[in-house]
Amino acid sequence: MNSAPSQLAHNGAVRAYRKNQIKSVAFLTMLSLILMITVLFALKAGSYETPVNELVKGIFGTSSDSKINLVVRNNRLPRICTAMIAGAGLGLSGCVFQAILRNPLASASTLGVSQGASFGAAAAIILLGLGNHSGIGVPFCAFMGSISVALIILGLSKFRPISPEGIVLSGVAISSMFTGATTLIQYFADEVQLASLVYWTFGDLGSAGWDQVTHMGIVSGFLILYCFAHRWDYNALLSGKETAISLGIHVQRLTLVNMVLCCLTSSIIVANVGLINFIGLVAPHIVRMAIGNNHVYLIPGSALTGAVLLLLSDLCSRSIINPVILPIGAITSFLGGPLFLYLLFKDGNQL
Amino acid sequence: MINIENICFHYRNHPDILQNISFSLEEGQFLAILGNNGAGKSTLLKCLNHILKADSGRALLNGKDFMAMSGHEVAKYIAFVSQIVPNTQMTVRDMVMLGRKPYMRWGFTKQDYQIVDRVMKRLNLDQDINGRFLNQLSGGERQKVMLARALAQQPKLLLLDEPTSSLDIHNQYQVLKLVRDICRKDCITSIMVIHDINLALKFCDRFLLMRHGEVYRYGNYSVLDPSSLKEVYDIDAKMVEVEGQHMVFVTN
Repeated sequence: MNSAPSQLAHNGAVRAYRKNQIKSVAFLTMLSLILMITVLFALKAGSYETPVNELVKGIFGTSSDSKINLVVRNNRLPRICTAMIAGAGLGLSGCVFQAILRNPLASASTLGVSQGASFGAAAAIILLGLGNHSGIGVPFCAFMGSISVALIILGLSKFRPISPEGIVLSGVAISSMFTGATTLIQYFADEVQLASLVYWTFGDLGSAGWDQVTHMGIVSGFLILYCFAHRWDYNALLSGKETAISLGIHVQRLTLVNMVLCCLTSSIIVANVGLINFIGLVAPHIVRMAIGNNHVYLIPGSALTGAVLLLLSDLCSRSIINPVILPIGAITSFLGGPLFLYLLFKDGNQL
Repeated sequence: MINIENICFHYRNHPDILQNISFSLEEGQFLAILGNNGAGKSTLLKCLNHILKADSGRALLNGKDFMAMSGHEVAKYIAFVSQIVPNTQMTVRDMVMLGRKPYMRWGFTKQDYQIVDRVMKRLNLDQDINGRFLNQLSGGERQKVMLARALAQQPKLLLLDEPTSSLDIHNQYQVLKLVRDICRKDCITSIMVIHDINLALKFCDRFLLMRHGEVYRYGNYSVLDPSSLKEVYDIDAKMVEVEGQHMVFVTN
């Protein structure tokens, strides 16, 4: 009985906070719903007409029309999974890059990490003669390319503190360096190699099979689990490096481990689906604008938003000029560019 | 009881910043570190807090050397309020929850939430403000949130790096009064770097004058005599007493 009034006061006190919490959870639920609906649309889109209930049966391979089983399980479903996993991985790595570098403009593509990865992959395909989908050779070289970019960035920022804009500018320098190197490699490639490389740099979600989906899924899944376990570390970093250290966080180790994990994820994605810009940059900002900067919600939110954005872009690329499939990299750049400009020029650019 | 013994520190390629800093504090005392720019005040605070690694020396807290502890362990004993007040889109209560980070394993427990709500109530942060974002608050409110975050760590030692530098005079007094009253009541020892000597005289009971990385004088308010103020700050000043309150008055 005695505790009743204090309980009441307590409830009143945290009501404003609860409201915020409910809003965040509602936003995440809404994102999941949008993702599910988009998946249904993406399953339906295509030249082979299929009714919805047959589609759902097709996922489990139990449709009466065996063609539907084939189309859904071998063609559309791998493509959808690729889009979701790649989008989630890119969105999440963007979120982590932004947190650990304390830089709202950081992401795999603005830092040059993706370009480093695509240089590594191009080198593997043309110089080492590895096929696009032959084991771990290409992803490994992509990882080496991206990690070298990360080391350059970390080295530079250790040498002297760089402003957020400075990091993005050095990202521009690094990416043009690696894009130049990739162009040089292309110059010496034969026609067939060149065609496959150019096609691959456009970004292509269709070529990945279940094997690639599994690889990307394992790495992205691990990244999600790792990041969610460290969600409060990122929150602490929002208050600055010194405060984070005073809260018992080993900032240097955290930065290094996260850089390596994000490079690994984005390079495996780049190796399998090509260069996809802006998803990693834009996804965390959309979530931030809606529910704020708490990484408890920002981490799942960024992954979900990344998945939705890439899946929607893919849907656009397939349906704008049906039956032509436009390159996905071009679509995301086209949609993401204006958003990037907005972020760059809006004032009070606070992480 | 806190004993700081012979702390030395230097940055790479620089002469010694801190040389043999030693002093001791009783539980619940409020120390002001004074000195001109570059005397090593903030550096000393950062060394105590593992943000910088001291070259040598010990810092004993009830006999335990917290210089030798891991960063994670230290966070349960020492809280730090930085000069930089974050301006981010995070709710006030989440920001204060951060103070429980050193104790967190997989997630926060019910006890963590109770401690946080208790601290927020003491600092009058328990109204609608707790659901607002940090970047919607005034400077004074934000500094109070930072203080609440530090107190949620349940520290034995509270370090404050110029906590009043961006506050108006009303909030300067309010924040420091909160620090003094809460720390006295909970027996938390506090060390504060501050430029305003009169604010320090109003709230602190121990004073450490630093000069060229060394302890110039250490003791109660009487160390702020004209000769040491001349020596440390190169000003002509005298101590006056107004309604029982000591103040430094600059004459030239």
